[in-house]
Order: sequence, then C-alpha cells, then structure tokens
Amino acid sequence: MNRINQKLKEDKKLLSIYFSAGYPTLNDTVSIIEDLEKNGVDMIEIGLPFSDPLADGPTIQASSTQALKNGMTTDTLFNQLKDIRKTVSIPLIIMGYFNPMLQYGVEAFCKKCQAIGIDGLIIPDLPVDVYNEQYKTIFEKYGLINVFLITPQTSVERINFIDSISNGFIYMVSSASVTGSSSGFGTEQTDYFKRIADMKLKNPQIVGFGISDNKTFTQATTYAKGAIIGSAFIKHLTKHGNTNIDNFTDSILK
Amino acid sequence: MSFNINDKGYYGDFGGAYIPEMLYPNVEELRQNYLKIMAEPSFKEEFDQLLKDYVGRPSPLYFAKRLSEKYNTKIYLKREDLNHTGAHKVNNTIGQILMAQRLGKTRIIAETGAGQHGVATATVCALMGMECIVYMGEIDIARQAPNVARMKMLGAEVRPALSGSRTLKDATNEAIRDWINNPVDTHYIIGSVVGPHPYPDMVARFQAVVSEEIKWQLKDKEGREKPDHVIACVGGGSNAAGAFYHYLDDTDVNLIAVEAAGKGIHSGESAATSVLGKEGIIHGSKTLLMQTHDGQITEPYSISAGLDYPGVGPMHAHLYKTGRAEFISITDDQAMTAGLELSQLEGIIPAIESSHAFAVFDHKKFNPDDVVVINLSGRGDKDLQNYIDYFKL
Repeated sequence: MNRINQKLKEDKKLLSIYFSAGYPTLNDTVSIIEDLEKNGVDMIEIGLPFSDPLADGPTIQASSTQALKNGMTTDTLFNQLKDIRKTVSIPLIIMGYFNPMLQYGVEAFCKKCQAIGIDGLIIPDLPVDVYNEQYKTIFEKYGLINVFLITPQTSVERINFIDSISNGFIYMVSSASVTGSSSGFGTEQTDYFKRIADMKLKNPQIVGFGISDNKTFTQATTYAKGAIIGSAFIKHLTKHGNTNIDNFTDSILK
Repeated sequence: MSFNINDKGYYGDFGGAYIPEMLYPNVEELRQNYLKIMAEPSFKEEFDQLLKDYVGRPSPLYFAKRLSEKYNTKIYLKREDLNHTGAHKVNNTIGQILMAQRLGKTRIIAETGAGQHGVATATVCALMGMECIVYMGEIDIARQAPNVARMKMLGAEVRPALSGSRTLKDATNEAIRDWINNPVDTHYIIGSVVGPHPYPDMVARFQAVVSEEIKWQLKDKEGREKPDHVIACVGGGSNAAGAFYHYLDDTDVNLIAVEAAGKGIHSGESAATSVLGKEGIIHGSKTLLMQTHDGQITEPYSISAGLDYPGVGPMHAHLYKTGRAEFISITDDQAMTAGLELSQLEGIIPAIESSHAFAVFDHKKFNPDDVVVINLSGRGDKDLQNYIDYFKL
C-alpha cells in the first residue's frame, strides 16, 4: 500500500509541511526532510522550484527563486533524494508546476519518483481533465498518487468528480488566495470546512493555504484529516536556516 | 486542416487551460459565456459603435506609394496606429470591458509591459467608470514613465510587480495572483492572444476587426479581398492574430510573422520564440516558449518592450509548427533602421514593434504585382526617447 494511504488510516490529525527544495542552501534538502520526520511531521511536500509559480505568494516564490539561484534543477533534486528511503519512512510528495515535469518527460519523471520512493505528486497547473485523459495511466503505472486541489468556489459537481478520480487525499485550499496570504480563519472558512466534511467524500481532506500556527492548525483540522504548512515554515528557514526545526514543529503541535 | 481553434480550446497541439484550480471558476465562467455574449445583438451593436465613434474605426488602409516604389511591390499599410490610444490594443480592451460588464464584474485588472495595453485598459475603465488595477514590472515602470503617468491620469492604480525578473511575465503572474485572490468581482483583461483558453480565441476575435476591414478595403482598392501577403510583428501576437484572422484558412494568402531577434538570435539577448522556444506551458497555455533545458522560463530581450515576451500565443505556435505562416526574426538594429525609413518615406513614425514588420522588406523579395498588407500596429510617440537615444537625434 502507498505510504500516503497508510498514513491516512492513522487515527490522528496529520501535519504536512511544504518547503522549496534547495532552500535556504542547495544541499539542505535531505537534512530538512530528516529533521521534519524526527520532529513528528506526518508528511512532506518537497517543492520543485519553478521560475513562475502562479499559485504561490511572495514567500514561496522568493524561496523558489533563491533555490533556482542556488542551482536547483530536477536532476539535482532527484540526486539529492536518491537514498532518502534509507533514512525516512513518512510519505513524501513532490509539489511542482507542470512545465519542468513536461520538459523532463512525464513518464521519465514518474519513473524516477517511483525509483526514489516518492509517493505522490501535487501539480497545481495540471488540470483535472487533462490528467484524467492523458496522464492518469502513467501515474498509476508508477504507483504515484496525484493530489488535486479544491477551493471554496469549486462546485459540488466538480468536487464529486475530483473525488471520483482521486485515490489519496484532496487538497483543500482554505480560501480564495495564493499561498501565505491569509491571517487566521473566520466563520466563512470553518463553514466551508464543515460543508466539505459533510459531503462524506471517499478521499479525506487536508487543508492548505493560510495555516501558520497551532491555532490555525487546530481550526483547519477540526473537520479535516490534516493540514499543510508552507509559507510559515519557509519563513522559519529564512530566519534560522536548517536549524531549530524542532522549535517550529513544537509550536504547531504543542 | 483548420488553423483556427477547435472546440476543446486548442490550435492543433497548442492552447488549452493549464491553470490552478483556484482560477477554474473564473476561466470556466468566461469559457461558457464568451461566444454567447459576443453573439448578442446588443453586444455587437455597442462594440461596433464604440469602435467607430470612440476608437475611430475603420482604420485606413493606406497605399504607401514611396515605400512601394522603393521595394518594387504594392504595399498597403493597415493604420492601427491611428486608433485612439495609438495602437491596436484598444480593440481588445473595448471588447473585454463590455464582456466584463455583461458578466457582472465591477473590478478590472490587467498586466502591461511597455504600458500600451495598460493605457488601453485604463482608458476603457475610465470610459465605463470601473475600478482599474494595472500590474507592471518594477523595471518597466522605471523604463516607461510617460505611460505610467497616462494610466494614473486615467484613474488607474499601477501596482509594481516585484517578483522574479520584474518585467512583463512577472506582471502577468501578479495579475493572475490577483485574480486568484479576487475570484468573484474581478475580470482580468489579458492584453494579447496568450493565457488559458478562452483568452487566445476571445482576444483574436476582438482583434479580427483588423482583417475584416482589410478585406473590404482591399476589395475597394484592388478589386480583390485577398492580398498575396500579410505581414505583422509578433510578441504575444495579438495584432498579428487580428491581421491574419480572416485569412487563416485561405492558404493562398501568405502570412508572415515577424519576431524580435533582439541583439541577434543566438546572442543570448533575443525574443525570437519560434526559433529559440520549445513546447511547454506559460501563463496557462501550452505553446512555444523560451525556457531552460530544465523547464524554467527565461527572460527575453528586445529593444521593443511590446515584443519582449518569452512565449507566443498558441495560434502562432500552431501557424509556425504547421508552416502555415512564415516566421522571420529581425534584430534591434534592422528594426530601428526600418522605422527611420518609414518615417522619411511616408511621414509616419511607427512604434518600434511595428518597425520590426517593416524590416522584412530588406530580407524578403516580393514580386512587382504582389499586394502586400502590413499591419502598422502602433504609432511611435511612446518610443520617441528610444529613437532619440538610438539615432542620437
């Protein structure tokens, strides 16, 4: 069974962390992943940097730009991760934009992910219908779970369609925003979390965007299975480098 | 074979809507409604009336006698430079502001490079009394101060794009992010035939008035609707899309797309996307774009800010791949020389974008009987400082 599905079966709220590979310095990728696992993180999204990350706010874009300046490439990331399964056992997801994957070759990319032990992909600008028609069989051949996003504006009909072609979890974008731009959740968000929970989808939901501390983590996971933190962790890395990761995770999970 | 868009939003292999889910409701709303709205009699009536009374259409099709003598062929200029705001851009912004109103939107956002599309957007927002926010790269804001001032005078807010390379592609990213953050009340007026479907098709349809007019104007002057050649410069490609539109499937009309070679195609400072680009995804569209081996989008260069875009609209990628259009690359120097020549032979100072199209006459021989229509997409007022610096005037 895929590590993501196994993890989703655990009777706990899941904390997933996103960071840009190659940030703050090129070779921090592996040590950050190892430290996150040691400190109780349940799942990691490894960001493959892109020059034009449309869905991301300034914090993640800046880290992505810096990672590219540091020399991060798709091949470099795969090299850094080649022995990752000797030390890390939690689910690992690569999150990136479609163009770098397209240039690598979608099948070659998926094959490499399987060889390394990557469990899933999140590709915000690969539309659901294009995936379904052109790439689903490739992803499945290499045992990769593709994770789709829904937002407060996504129609019920479309949520049901996304649920039907998903086989891991649904990435629930907390509000109409790019990453890193929200400060706290109001009733609008909690109503939306509840509305989705009440749909009793076959895939659990994990909330992302706007989660930065224990309070927002708790709010997000009241109805959802877990939550993803990105920008807030990048800010920690900007301030502390790859050190004191335990302080960050403790502040969320206290 | 058709060279127009298919019902799935693709020109051959190119196009589509590669967008994050956050944009889906907005883009889908537009996709479902744009053809319906454009077909409404009240829409057509208002669009045509504004093009006539506000923009000043039809723009003349002018026989360039001295230029024709020099190159020993029959050259007609489609005078988009005479439009209100000085370029073809306003055809599209008029269409899109009417579209936005009918979709019930109250807030307009746009991206701009040199500021021409920003000005055209700010203009129609003033006309309709709508809130207008224009994203512009921080570097472009410094380079294009007069257009920034024009937008402000027209009541628009100009927001600097501070991310990435701080030029047009980043301004586009920021506008897209704004749309993600404002999914209900906002319409994004994209300035070229780029972006996710239905934008390339919608913008091409609004610009199609250019070739629609060429057809009857040429019929008046030459007794035939079809020229032998249509020449237009291509950055994203909206003026070319307009000039080519009604001739796309008339394969006896030769289409010539002129790209900016900058300091030379292989100089590392170029915007010749057809030569240097590879298939990939930029701003929600599958098309040709300049990128690294690794799929990172690279920064183009041209002396002309309007051609300084790392991609090309999916229609043009298809015209290139199928060989339907001939693509020619023109350097900064060749374009500037051609701009000076047009000024002195015909008394018309062209925008530097359009100057690229005129440089074709030094590179390609036409027959004396050929009818060549060249789209003079914009006037040179905005480029005066560039011309002054270049020619030490």
